[in-house]
Amino acid sequence: MGAKLNAAASGTANYVDERTGVGALVKYFSRKLFPDHWSFMLGEVALYSFVVLLLSGVFITAYFEPSMTIVEYDGPLETMQGVEMSKAFESTLHMSFEVPGGLLMRQIHHWAALMFTAAIVIHMARVFFTGAFRKPRELNWLVGFTLMILSLAGGFTGYSLPDDVLSGNGLRIIDGVIKSVPILGSYISFWLFGGEFPGEVLIPRLFTAHILLVPGLILALVAVHLFLVFLHKHTQYPGGGRTHKNVVGLPLFPVYTAKAGGFFFVVFGIIAILGALFTINPVWNYGPYDPSPVSAGTQPDWYILFVDGALRLMPGWLGPIPFEWHIFGITLPMNILIPAVIIPGLFFTTLALYPWIEAWATGDRGEKHVLDRPRNAPTRTGIGVALISFYMILAMEGSNDIIANLFHLSLNDLTWTFRIAIFVVPPTLFWVTKRIAMGLQRKDRELVLHGHETGRIVRHEHGEYIEVHEPLSDQELWLRVNYENIAPFDAPEEYNEAGVRRKGMRWQRFKARLSRFYFEDRVEPVTPAEYAEAQHHHGSHDDAAHESEHELAEAAKD
Amino acid sequence: MHALARKRYHKAAPLILVLTLLALLTGVGAVITSQSAEATTASSSDIEEGQKLFTSNCATCHGIDAQGQDGVAPSLVGVGAAAVDFQVGTGRMPMQASGAQAPAKEVVFTEEQIAQLAAYVASLGTGPSVPTAEQVDPELGDAAKGMELFRTNCAMCHGSVGGGGALTQGKFAPSLMETTPTHIFEAMLTGPQSMPVFNNANITEESKRDIIAYLVAQRDGSPGGLSFGSIGPVAEAFWAWIVGIGLLIASTIWIGARSS
Amino acid sequence: MSLENTTEPGAEQEFQDPGVPFHRPRKADVDPKAADKAERQTAAIFGLSIVGTIVALVGYFGMDMGESVTSIRTFNAVLGLGIALAMLGIGIGAIHWAKTLMRDHEMVEERHEMRSSDEAREGAIQNLKDGVEDSGLAGPKRRTLLKGSMITALAIAPLAFLVPQIASMGGDWNVSKFRHTMWAKGVRLTKDPDGTPIKAADVTIGSAFHVIPDGLNELEHGKIEEKAKAVVLLVRLNPEDLNVQEGREDWSFDGIVAYSKICTHVGCPVALYEQQTHHLLCPCHQSTFDVANGAKVVFGPAKRPLPQLPIEVDDEGYIVAKSDFHEPVGPSFWDRLMGDDSTDDEETSH
Repeated sequence: MGAKLNAAASGTANYVDERTGVGALVKYFSRKLFPDHWSFMLGEVALYSFVVLLLSGVFITAYFEPSMTIVEYDGPLETMQGVEMSKAFESTLHMSFEVPGGLLMRQIHHWAALMFTAAIVIHMARVFFTGAFRKPRELNWLVGFTLMILSLAGGFTGYSLPDDVLSGNGLRIIDGVIKSVPILGSYISFWLFGGEFPGEVLIPRLFTAHILLVPGLILALVAVHLFLVFLHKHTQYPGGGRTHKNVVGLPLFPVYTAKAGGFFFVVFGIIAILGALFTINPVWNYGPYDPSPVSAGTQPDWYILFVDGALRLMPGWLGPIPFEWHIFGITLPMNILIPAVIIPGLFFTTLALYPWIEAWATGDRGEKHVLDRPRNAPTRTGIGVALISFYMILAMEGSNDIIANLFHLSLNDLTWTFRIAIFVVPPTLFWVTKRIAMGLQRKDRELVLHGHETGRIVRHEHGEYIEVHEPLSDQELWLRVNYENIAPFDAPEEYNEAGVRRKGMRWQRFKARLSRFYFEDRVEPVTPAEYAEAQHHHGSHDDAAHESEHELAEAAKD
Repeated sequence: MHALARKRYHKAAPLILVLTLLALLTGVGAVITSQSAEATTASSSDIEEGQKLFTSNCATCHGIDAQGQDGVAPSLVGVGAAAVDFQVGTGRMPMQASGAQAPAKEVVFTEEQIAQLAAYVASLGTGPSVPTAEQVDPELGDAAKGMELFRTNCAMCHGSVGGGGALTQGKFAPSLMETTPTHIFEAMLTGPQSMPVFNNANITEESKRDIIAYLVAQRDGSPGGLSFGSIGPVAEAFWAWIVGIGLLIASTIWIGARSS
Repeated sequence: MSLENTTEPGAEQEFQDPGVPFHRPRKADVDPKAADKAERQTAAIFGLSIVGTIVALVGYFGMDMGESVTSIRTFNAVLGLGIALAMLGIGIGAIHWAKTLMRDHEMVEERHEMRSSDEAREGAIQNLKDGVEDSGLAGPKRRTLLKGSMITALAIAPLAFLVPQIASMGGDWNVSKFRHTMWAKGVRLTKDPDGTPIKAADVTIGSAFHVIPDGLNELEHGKIEEKAKAVVLLVRLNPEDLNVQEGREDWSFDGIVAYSKICTHVGCPVALYEQQTHHLLCPCHQSTFDVANGAKVVFGPAKRPLPQLPIEVDDEGYIVAKSDFHEPVGPSFWDRLMGDDSTDDEETSH
């Protein structure tokens, strides 16, 4: 039996290889090494959620009818009897209440969408905080960034498809934002809705985008993303034996085939638990879209919440100053443009360009394959935390009515709190985080120079008590001394030796300023000399008494 | 065909029975005080008792003759028995402390006392009376019509299925998940606190019953599983991050951890 | 390690990479019994997956989904948990296997710089040069005409495809529709959604009516688009509380006022009316309008007051509109203030 199977397998392999030459690929890929770390699996969560989205989505397309034709409901749901609704909404109800497993697939699909976007964000955060976007991975960061934007597009187009009151009001907000765009706003709105809002073509158009354009692009870019991961080989955390020139890890086959392959089923299983037990997007509560009603708790899914929050945060009037401007008969609704166009635009542009911004500051052009510990890049870590807090404040403002109701607070007070917080909290957190990171670096220095505190107290001959310190192991030491410490650079002299003015001075000065912003404050890693010095003082002898003498001597010096 | 509805009503029957009884009991006093002259005389002792209760419990704010005091409490002349039954029957009155609004709390009076208070206030001027059991019986309402009316007139404050929501300056529209049909009816009729009045010309008595039917139909929960108070996508977001991403990160850590 | 021996202060020496940490064997690596146990565990977990599949299938075929909330919920839970168990069993089993029995001794592989070698680059450049040569674009005659015409053709060809597509997608492109609603002189205000007309006497103080124009429900075409612009909130205040705006003295009736329900911010229906404060709150972004003062913005992101619908009472006592709104309803747009003035001739009968 076994022999037969083997023969069959090798026969098939031979057949395929003779026609494709795939053997070389298998040879190349099968033992490719991947470093082992839990945070390297966050991107996989996104990928697998996407696969679950595709699987459940196929089921849903079999029942969903993307049509805005009005029909009268005649199904089992008592609260909808005889209610006029679009075919899209009716088919969603039919799928949920009459097709066995239909409700489960809808819920799995929607939970998977929330997981997909969430996993992309935390994966992106991991890449950001560890500096995995540095050369040669800048382009892959951009691919990943585009995937994130596409995931938002996929989520939003899907959210709107059932044509319920909640998503309909969401679309109406989008329409309002589009109309605010200078010059073209009204026309973009007409173009999107095929006329006046809401029109009769939007759902079919969103459907095409949702099931063809967006997932097609996502699939293509996922392929590029993964290809580049293979091409670059995965980054690795710092540690013994790990350099910018090697990769230390376990082979794709069999270890990662089992771990990563198994993880797909785990992700699927967890999403299935959510779909089995937790209601999501109960459109039967919201009812079919009608432009008149709206319900309390009208919010988008979490990934768009920050835009909604920005719209809430922005005041229409600040005292006597209006934020809708009328100039020469034209209308500029800054109360919409700032929160819904300019802020997200700046936020996303900053994210997309971040690898280049940091590269301007470092001036370093080498390939970086060993990740940074976040503490060893204090400015970047601070920026990351500030960006996250900015995003979080907007998302919380987007939930302010829920928060107000839950904790019996005043909506207006909450909004004012967030209006102030958006200016105060991110810079404060930037500063605090940077200080904490540098504090941790100092602690590392401390550890390297003085070793671990053992908690073992030894009494001196002359009656004093001292604590014994134990030197770090090689691995611990290496982790703490082996990091790049980048110093800021100055702009070159404006005039070269020949007295000729250099070109691009403004750009050079900008880069130098950026570099100072990043690296002016820094904690130098322990140098071999310092280490040797410390060892000389108290490391070379294990005698606790000696050690204490030196410590006393040092204390006396201060 | 409408098994969903049939089953639900069947299941909710005991609850409805209790609610109807409650409504009957609380309603009795006020119903008797309505137009009929005989009834008025029959309950004159109620009015007297009610006046005593009023003087000792309500007059501090509403004034000894229930004319109200500017900036303190409104006049109660003409608010009717329904308003009293709602405000006192849900524990909103007497108010404990001044705040953004008077919240529902433990009821301090017995049903009889509430009826007496209602009878007294109703005697001061005509106003809406407490509805009969039939007027608020969800089984007689049309939940689908109720859905359309609810979302047009009520959902913007109370949420799509009555989960509640925030208003300005700390005020809020309470959850209707536990509110009795009688109190829902009375609230629409009298417009307590921030709530607008929905008189019978706006939402007819039958339509009010439809709305009650819609709200009672929500009390079986969601067919999809736990519903997080039916407050919309923010709750879903919260659970997606806490449960979903929490479990997933826990599993990545397990995968990344070295086996012993 | 050498570091320990570095006693010379100030010795310029680099720290040395201690190399990949020593591999600590797992229980299953050294103890065959532990390995057997891991195998049994893995098999048991895979077994759970099989149970899960059976649960899902038995649930699907054996249970009646029914039509009640409870039965649908139970069906959904059983099917979903069955699938979850089936998936988790495979996943956890495979990972457990990998963690306990597969190699965990890390290996090292060299990386190569992404940059191609100088030789390859030179080759590439040469190839491209040769290609350019072959195409005839290089050399003394630079064939600018050819290049120019080709680039122009390529640049504008997409227009042939895109322009008709984009131009067709906007319907009639009649953006002036933003400026008009169904309201006109004499159109009755009726209740949303059933369309019953409203008598002034019905609107008691503190009432809030959600209003649509008479005839909306009978529209054959464009009903939802018209409704999206025409919805109105009708409230009655104590006339003493109502601060009538200048020029709008005859737009209200004995404390009854009608305002557009479409928010001037981004167009949500503004509908949370607090009858005590006369404040109207939008649940989407919390713009708050003061109905007692011409629906002026008192809080939130909106800048403009809600447009007011002028009303009067007809011979039968029903509330009717005096004209359309005097300004476009809903969110702002670029040429909002520039459009036609037809909305202003309020007294024209339609």
